Amino acid sequence: MSYRLGVDVGGTFTDLLLINEGTGETHTAKVPSTPEDSSIGVLNGIARICDESGVNPAEISRVMHGTTVATNAVLTGRGAKVGLVTTAGYEDTLQVARSFCPGGLGGWVSFVKKPLLAPLELTIGAHERMSADGEVVRALDEDQLRADLTTLHATGEVEALTICFINAYINGANEQRASEIAAEIFTDTPISISSDVVPEMQEYERTETTVVNSYVRPEVASYVSNLQAALDDKMGPDTQLSILRSDGGLASARASAESPVNMLMSGPAGGVSGAIYFCSRAGYDNILTCDMGGTSTDVALIQNSRARVRRETIVADVRVRAPSVDVRTVGAGGGSIAFVPELTKALRVGPESAGAVPGPACYMKGGVQPTVCDANVVLGYLPSDVQLGGKMEINREASVAAVQSVADAMGIDLMAAAEGIIKIANESMFGALRLVSVEQGYDPRDFALVGFGGAGPLHANALGVLTDAWPVIIPPGPGVLCAYGDATTQVQDEAARTYLTMAGDLTDEQLTADLMELQVRAGDALLKDNIPASEHEISYQADLRYAGQAFQITIDFTEAELKEKGVALLTGQFDAEHEQLFTFKLDDGHEILMIRALAKAKAKAIAERQIGQTGMSLEECKIASSRFYYEGDWYDSTIYDRNKLSTGLEVSGPAIVGEMDSTTVVLPGYVATVDRVGNLLINPQGSN
Amino acid sequence: MSARLLETNHDPLKRIDVDGVTVDIIENALRNAREEMDAVLFRTAMSPGIREQGDCFPMIANKEGKMVVGQFGSFIGPFLEAYDEEIEEGDIILTNDPYMCNAAVSHLPDWVVLVPIFKDGRHIAWSAMFGHMSDNGGMVPGSIPIQATTIFQEGIRIPPTKLYKKGVLQADLLELILHNVRTPQWNRFDLNALVAACNTAAKRCVELAIRFGDDVLFSTMDIMLQRNYEAMKHIIGMFIPEEPREFEDYICDDGMGMGPYKIKCTMWREGEKAIFDFAGTDPQAQSSVNFFLNEDMFKMFFGSFTINVVDPQIVFNDGFYDLVDVRIPQGTLLKPNYPAALSGRTHALGRIFDVLGALLGMGAPEMMLNAAGFSDSPHLFFSGYDSREGKGNEWFQLFQIGFGGVPGRPVGDGPDGHSLWPGFTNVPNEFIESYFPLRIERYETIPDSGGAGLHRGGNGLSVAYRFLCDGDIGIHDDRWLTYPWGVLGGETGLRSTKKLVRADGSEESLPAKVEGIKVKTGDVLYFNTWGGGGWGDPFARDPELVRQDVARRLVSVEGAKRYGVVMSADKTVDQAATEVLRAQLIAARGDNSALFNFGGDLEDIRGRCEAETHLPAPVKPTFVGAK
Repeated sequence: MSYRLGVDVGGTFTDLLLINEGTGETHTAKVPSTPEDSSIGVLNGIARICDESGVNPAEISRVMHGTTVATNAVLTGRGAKVGLVTTAGYEDTLQVARSFCPGGLGGWVSFVKKPLLAPLELTIGAHERMSADGEVVRALDEDQLRADLTTLHATGEVEALTICFINAYINGANEQRASEIAAEIFTDTPISISSDVVPEMQEYERTETTVVNSYVRPEVASYVSNLQAALDDKMGPDTQLSILRSDGGLASARASAESPVNMLMSGPAGGVSGAIYFCSRAGYDNILTCDMGGTSTDVALIQNSRARVRRETIVADVRVRAPSVDVRTVGAGGGSIAFVPELTKALRVGPESAGAVPGPACYMKGGVQPTVCDANVVLGYLPSDVQLGGKMEINREASVAAVQSVADAMGIDLMAAAEGIIKIANESMFGALRLVSVEQGYDPRDFALVGFGGAGPLHANALGVLTDAWPVIIPPGPGVLCAYGDATTQVQDEAARTYLTMAGDLTDEQLTADLMELQVRAGDALLKDNIPASEHEISYQADLRYAGQAFQITIDFTEAELKEKGVALLTGQFDAEHEQLFTFKLDDGHEILMIRALAKAKAKAIAERQIGQTGMSLEECKIASSRFYYEGDWYDSTIYDRNKLSTGLEVSGPAIVGEMDSTTVVLPGYVATVDRVGNLLINPQGSN
Repeated sequence: MSARLLETNHDPLKRIDVDGVTVDIIENALRNAREEMDAVLFRTAMSPGIREQGDCFPMIANKEGKMVVGQFGSFIGPFLEAYDEEIEEGDIILTNDPYMCNAAVSHLPDWVVLVPIFKDGRHIAWSAMFGHMSDNGGMVPGSIPIQATTIFQEGIRIPPTKLYKKGVLQADLLELILHNVRTPQWNRFDLNALVAACNTAAKRCVELAIRFGDDVLFSTMDIMLQRNYEAMKHIIGMFIPEEPREFEDYICDDGMGMGPYKIKCTMWREGEKAIFDFAGTDPQAQSSVNFFLNEDMFKMFFGSFTINVVDPQIVFNDGFYDLVDVRIPQGTLLKPNYPAALSGRTHALGRIFDVLGALLGMGAPEMMLNAAGFSDSPHLFFSGYDSREGKGNEWFQLFQIGFGGVPGRPVGDGPDGHSLWPGFTNVPNEFIESYFPLRIERYETIPDSGGAGLHRGGNGLSVAYRFLCDGDIGIHDDRWLTYPWGVLGGETGLRSTKKLVRADGSEESLPAKVEGIKVKTGDVLYFNTWGGGGWGDPFARDPELVRQDVARRLVSVEGAKRYGVVMSADKTVDQAATEVLRAQLIAARGDNSALFNFGGDLEDIRGRCEAETHLPAPVKPTFVGAK
């Protein structure tokens, strides 16, 4: 028997999913996260899941892991003290931060700048200069650098060192040399250089990205090595640990410890991967994902079962140039607080969240302000009278009291206020869904909508009504979908270079030769992790724009396509996408900014699993009768147990489908069908 | 004389009741549509000014032309009054002439695109956007000639004109316009992008009308305007005193030897109404530094400065205009007579914000008064033929905006080298170096340039441009003579300077406003912007914060003494020496109760000018010209 384990470490819970690679049989577990050292929670979870399933830990050969360790280091400001070496004259690059003040006219009045991740007192300038063409204008002053680094080292403050020189994206030689010198002085400190981490134009973004890499590096490295040691100890020395990157690929533990800036969106990427896993097997390759958690909702557009990857990652105020699945986040989640400003009497929902503490009013943990969750309780979508799979008790009176405060402030009745809160939250998610679809030139009606995360299945049907994207899909285990994603993705690495070449000046031969060189570099990383070349899948990317534009589009292609069409492949695809996005195209002036080779380990199949309890009628799956409020009316509804629902059963709305950590609402006029992979497919009644 | 909208569907839009939640939903959707306008523009525009710096402003307005979402307020009302034509579905209007739209835009390089939004033959709303074009023809590259004395020298004037008629591009007209500018390809793309952004907003409005109903959308826009009216009524009652309050500030010179020019404003309240009267402002300038200020635009400045206090999430709009009365005397710097030149209006535009900030803040200085900020948008132009090897003598034209010190504020220190304009960012130096014959050798904040205070003013920036081929430069800056003032005991910030170091090592100080300076390969220009004023008593600042600023090279060891802080050789604070110095300095300064510190009176400043700035003092302005 061979098992693989998916582990998703979130802010509140650590989710685990154990898959038998031979039978497809799965086991899940949920244990509290342990933020002080996440590996403890992971090991607790492994103990629990093995105990409950009777699986011997030694049979687990691969552990695939999505983690917020890097993200949390940024969010909580607990990263390393970072020292920074810039080109002399550019020490203030982060301090000036492109001169941007957020907010509208007068926004500067209240703008409070966050402390720099590499403080100015730990920043030094190196005397060197590279031209924009990559020629050395001034050689690195090695003696001066050595002296300055020695002084910096003597402060005893630097826990991670960053080197970022002007124009190093085009020639990193001076950075490399500076790094060698630094390594002689900072013998036990990790050093990140910008030409390795992100060889892309724009000094502020490149410096910030490399600094963030340094900032999270010690914490991630120690976490990964602790976890690997503990796994080896429990499961034997052959256990292969991989970590999910922001772009949806898996990286070996070794690779992720070196460039942790690529893991900041590990969590959302896991959700997207999990959604793709279930939807593609059900025949839905074009989907909109909606992952609604406690404080925010992540949405993404997936075409041909492939997530779009954006070359930017945003975590709170930190914005870095690292590839991540193109997920848009809005500040509307189950814990978002509703309020009414006194003067305008408008109903506002979020972005403030009640979080886990004090939490929504209904959980009686001290929260009194009305949240989206409380509105769901008041409306009956989250039943208070029936204990579903979840272990938390729900107090409807507390929710009513909280929502009543909003109703009074607006001068409307309780139910109207509760529906208002839900509608505003839905509208906010709808806005994000439009951003990834309509505003990118896609019609949501050509997509299915996937709702997951703790709160997603509560709102998914309503979002289907707003977007007209059908069916609405609720995958199995919507609350642990990230762990599914972790367990079902592949190891991947990439090599890239800044190209800045006009397509018109480029021959097919030159482009092919340059890409082949990158291919070798990308494959090397997989070879280092003992994945033989025969198991590599290679693909390519190029970023293009019309010379002069700030915007760029990434074109994906294969070697075969390149051989057939050459450079024209890139310009043709770019024109087509540009036209879809902006309704016009130009005939020439294509500039190729970056080229990239991606090496991916081939996927290993997992067998299909058994769905529900075969032979059980719908009536037998029923838990209770209840009622909920929708569009101004009360409806009698039935509550079903999802674990019993087998393939082919149809649940007509108004209904609620409960499971361990999630609740699905089926609205009046809609029907949910269980498909062969276990998804609930919600469609308008009478449609096909 | 006014515009006439031709509709094929004559059913009037009806005012109906809309429930509050629906209003909130539509409010959100319109906010998103506005943000989408920006996104479309940034991605498709081509000039660095728009795509990197974000020098552009979107708007969606209701049927009457009142801005429902946007930034700088609606110019549609004044435009409709002045435009004596018929407008129908598919028309798209373009203009850039302040004199033809009651200063809806304030200089010719800002091109406005205006789209009437129709649904089922009925006119339901407007979308509009203006963007700063890289060039508009005229005397100098970049089209902001300092020496212009009439608007005819500032390039092509486009009266309100249909760029599209019933959906058809008037290609001849477009070519005629583009034929008159130095950067036709950039302008063509940027204009294309403005049109695409407005069309996107139009599409979103029509979708909203389909989803909620035409009457609901129509009525909701009114409700959103009413929300602002209510909020601003409260704000005016709270912040504007019945007793008149006045403030005056200056722009230093006009680039032709005269200055400073006074901007004076008196503010008071009569009942519910706030009045801003600019009587006492100096007559219009002989050169292009006039700022033709639209009264409604000033109302918007006032509103957006204050509304955040009550509901930061409100979609800010025009709804409160009736509550504000703005009086600007004809023939002044802020309302010059045609055909005065207008292109260099950025300094007076910026200074308006210092004036407004002072007027609003002085009633409750501890809570609301900021020091003088980076109230300008300094420009650098560099143009010529790229003579470097392999560059084929191609024409290039760079327009850079400078940034400086945000002032000390009640909330804390001012950020260093930042922008006071919403959405503006610097252009990455690596981008400039790869597309222009320049190397930016230093890009750093200027230690001690922020005014000392309990809350330090932000430092200005020093940018060292090394020219890699011969060309012409033009500079537009201010606050080289008058100081960025401090408040509540805070010191003034350091003024701006420009120094040109020739390849042979010789140096010259350049005026703040100058054009046509020939530079040679290897010359270096140091473009130094000014620091923000300080806020509060510098001797009350925690010495530990001063030590930190010194460690960060934002304040020098010598500069720490302005805070009465003495640094030891080991880079810690010498506590004993600090106490002694602070006591001495406090005794020496005497009365410290003045709210504002202007760095001396105007005549003193003028007298010290040549010695301190190496530039001759400007003479008192007089004006002879069209009335």
